[in-house]
Amino acid sequence: MAGSTHASLSAKAPAAVPGARKGRRFSPWQEAWRRFRRHKMALFSAFALFLVVFGVLAGPFLWRVPINEIDFAAKLQGPSWAHPMGTDDLGQDLLSRLIYGGRISIAVGVAAMIVAIFVGMLVGALAGMASGGLDAALMWLTDLFLSLPQLPLLLLVIYLFREPVKGVLGVEGGAFILIVGVIGATRWMAAARLVRAQFLSLREKEFVEAARALGASRMRQVMMHILPNALGPVIVVATIDIAAAIIAESTLSFLGLGFPSDVPTWGSVLRDAKDYLDIAPHWALFPGGLIFITVLAINFIGDGLRDALDPRRVL
Amino acid sequence: MAETLLDIRDLKTWFKTDDGMVRAVDGVDLRIDRGETVGVVGESGCGKTVTARSVLKLIDMPPGRFENGQILWQGRDLIPLPAEEMDKIRAREIAIIFQEPMTSLNPVYTVGDQIGEVIRQHENLSKKQARDAAVEMLRLVNIPNPGKRVDDYPHQFSGGMRQRVMIAMAMSCKPKLLIADEPTTALDVTIQAQILELMQEMKERLGMSIMLITHAMGVVAETCQRVVVMYAGKVVEEASVEALFGNPRHPYTQGLIRSIPRVDRGAEQKQRLEAIPGTVPSLLQPPTGCRFAARCKYVMDVCTQAMPPLKEAAPGHFVRCVL
Amino acid sequence: MGKDQLLSVRDLRKHFAVKGGLFSREVERVHAVDGVSFDIGKGETLGLVGESGCGKSTTGRCILRLIEPSSGEVTFQGADVMRMSGEALRALRRDMQIIFQDPYASLNPRLTVGAIVGEALEIHGLAKSRRELEERVVQLLETVGLQPDHMRRFPHEFSGGQRQRIGIARALAVEPKLIVCDEPVSALDVSIQAQVINLLEDLQEKFSLTYLFIAHDLSVVEHISTRIAVMYLGRVVEIAPSRDLYDTPLHPYTEALLSAVPIPDPTVKRKRIMLQGDVPNPIHPPSGCHFHTRCPIARPDCAQRDPVLRESRPGHWVACHYRG
Repeated sequence: MAGSTHASLSAKAPAAVPGARKGRRFSPWQEAWRRFRRHKMALFSAFALFLVVFGVLAGPFLWRVPINEIDFAAKLQGPSWAHPMGTDDLGQDLLSRLIYGGRISIAVGVAAMIVAIFVGMLVGALAGMASGGLDAALMWLTDLFLSLPQLPLLLLVIYLFREPVKGVLGVEGGAFILIVGVIGATRWMAAARLVRAQFLSLREKEFVEAARALGASRMRQVMMHILPNALGPVIVVATIDIAAAIIAESTLSFLGLGFPSDVPTWGSVLRDAKDYLDIAPHWALFPGGLIFITVLAINFIGDGLRDALDPRRVL
Repeated sequence: MAETLLDIRDLKTWFKTDDGMVRAVDGVDLRIDRGETVGVVGESGCGKTVTARSVLKLIDMPPGRFENGQILWQGRDLIPLPAEEMDKIRAREIAIIFQEPMTSLNPVYTVGDQIGEVIRQHENLSKKQARDAAVEMLRLVNIPNPGKRVDDYPHQFSGGMRQRVMIAMAMSCKPKLLIADEPTTALDVTIQAQILELMQEMKERLGMSIMLITHAMGVVAETCQRVVVMYAGKVVEEASVEALFGNPRHPYTQGLIRSIPRVDRGAEQKQRLEAIPGTVPSLLQPPTGCRFAARCKYVMDVCTQAMPPLKEAAPGHFVRCVL
Repeated sequence: MGKDQLLSVRDLRKHFAVKGGLFSREVERVHAVDGVSFDIGKGETLGLVGESGCGKSTTGRCILRLIEPSSGEVTFQGADVMRMSGEALRALRRDMQIIFQDPYASLNPRLTVGAIVGEALEIHGLAKSRRELEERVVQLLETVGLQPDHMRRFPHEFSGGQRQRIGIARALAVEPKLIVCDEPVSALDVSIQAQVINLLEDLQEKFSLTYLFIAHDLSVVEHISTRIAVMYLGRVVEIAPSRDLYDTPLHPYTEALLSAVPIPDPTVKRKRIMLQGDVPNPIHPPSGCHFHTRCPIARPDCAQRDPVLRESRPGHWVACHYRG
């Protein structure tokens, strides 16, 4: 046969013969972990991410320099024993500011992901189970959100609502809720489409039909049979959403629309550093590097999860 | 004795997996003479498909690899052959058709283009000539209105018609051997009968040999002259079709034949089917002795100690059993 | 037909809409099931055979209300299945069960075998305690030839035949009266097929089950069924006791179908009736007798008149103008 057209038809390794796993028994989740572990880059990234998260969580207990101790004598210094990451133009210690900022950035990332995934799963599951009019309406809404230009929208919403929310929830809390809400509300569409597609294919599966034949309620069909099997790809999207939310928060802070300027986040430290790039490059390098490493690690972990949770290898 | 076309000797095709080495084909000997139809039967995972694809070297390597053996095509070993040489053998000398006629055809090209491309790879023809040749091939496999259908896309054909297109493509370079890998498994019985008849017709017209890979004993009985029965990567019995069905010697072959319900039998056939208990052994660590020992009702101590050799129990009737 | 009927189906129809164009209007209709009628007696096995796309699986699912039929009547133990809803439908699920073709797609990969088999017991509250539930699951697994410790394993650890046994145990959990077997052995290897067929026969005897056995493999259907209904393009063309159907098929389609089954015995030589062409598209089924386009004995009026199923000999029904 023409070699080119039929290359894909060559025999794949035969699936392990039943009985091959005697003595070693795995649940589907353990099986996924086994596959994840083989992904060296993902494993390394997980370790790196663990270090970053552990650093920002435990940091304040180990590095007790206040974030807002102004010392003009030590302004714009490079890394030293007293200030391992150097200082900014007010002589504030960058390490403690970045530890504090990391907490906010990562918290924003995780919280925005939870909002996005929750909304996405809700919309996707409703659309996937309903079909017909409701499905069409929800998908129309999804397309609508997808077609909105995100950054201008973010700017507009924050500009309009920053003051009223601040009044109710205080300065930092208000900013946190507003940013998380805005990022979450503009990032749920991918999850919604994915969940809907998963639901549409899973609900036709014979094991779901079997549950229906046994008299399982709709709720039970979803919770026991459809959702657990749809979760794999959603987890992958969720992981990558954290990274995207961290970037989004940094962008907002960089534009001065994030947290108040006295609250350091990785993005706002970067913004403050931008005017001193030529005389104090370390000021920008450390927050930039942290954002880069964290986002890259999360994306690699997402890749590893994608392979580990590949539904074709479970279903 | 007729000229030997294909002679596979002690072939071992293994696959590296996360769980270890899967010995999919583990020492297979198989001969096909000119003009002969040889059936290779066995259940899923017995190595029949991997054997067939090994002949054309259609195995992904890695994870697969030839551990041992020779594949002699008209006396020349194919295993060490470089890719360009192999391309000349494919289609022109040995062609293959697959079980799933939908995925075997490329959905974005017309069937005429696809048949034409195969012909043009091996013969120096213009586009126009290749198209005419494609129409001729479609006519040969009894596709109605071939002049018009040559410009259709695969999805416009039914399953049976697609398999006819596949056969037309395989036949287009007049190969000496056609490897048919479960060609009718995805088809309905009435269509299966049509395709088997077509293959028979092509064989007579072109004088080629057929290696028919299948799990259906009925198909073998009706189309083949010689049968090779495989189990867990090994040949367990080889005989003429009459000898195999008339006097099966290996307990596995006996079990296979008796486990099939027969429509042609009268009232006495409403008896219980003779099932073979248990399941196929793992090919990761196959048992040392006879691979069928664990499911065999005549099992003895000696069976689990060493692999019995393939011995000639009657002229032309080989069996791998101590009985 | 006898009065010991468990299930009776009358003029069952299912049309699937093919949507397209602006506003997703229905542009065409697939006539998947096009007026099917039959009865199944208690303890009997009715085989439903036909080629792919003839509507046999859809018929099975309509009876269970897994697919809502477009029209027709289904009566189970005297009750109208089509009108059931809520609690009545739930109760029906305990009497009618289904076994699927694909042993891979039919078991939830995220649940243990114990959870899969025990699900019905949970849904219908058939076990009072965790322990009782486990005991019952073990008992079910043993009934289908599996081991008690299998309940803690996951489906992917089993072979096709074993998975099919798990599916059977799941169906048996509610102690049903009727089981729709939708191609239960088609995906299995020959030697394993025989194991599952034997198991189904044993269970039928043990629990006095009634089967609707859907398959495309005529030899399997002939082996297990008491009576057989042959379907072609959404209609039943012939119903007869299984031996009768094989000895004296009346409908030309049944004849061709039977002659196409390969026989595993090279000494048997038969005359084969070769059908020309493919099964027509069920969106535009041929007028009159659906089979007339491929029928070796078709006459002009076959394209005009719909044949009705009539009793040609006691118990042997056929829908052909010129046979029987």
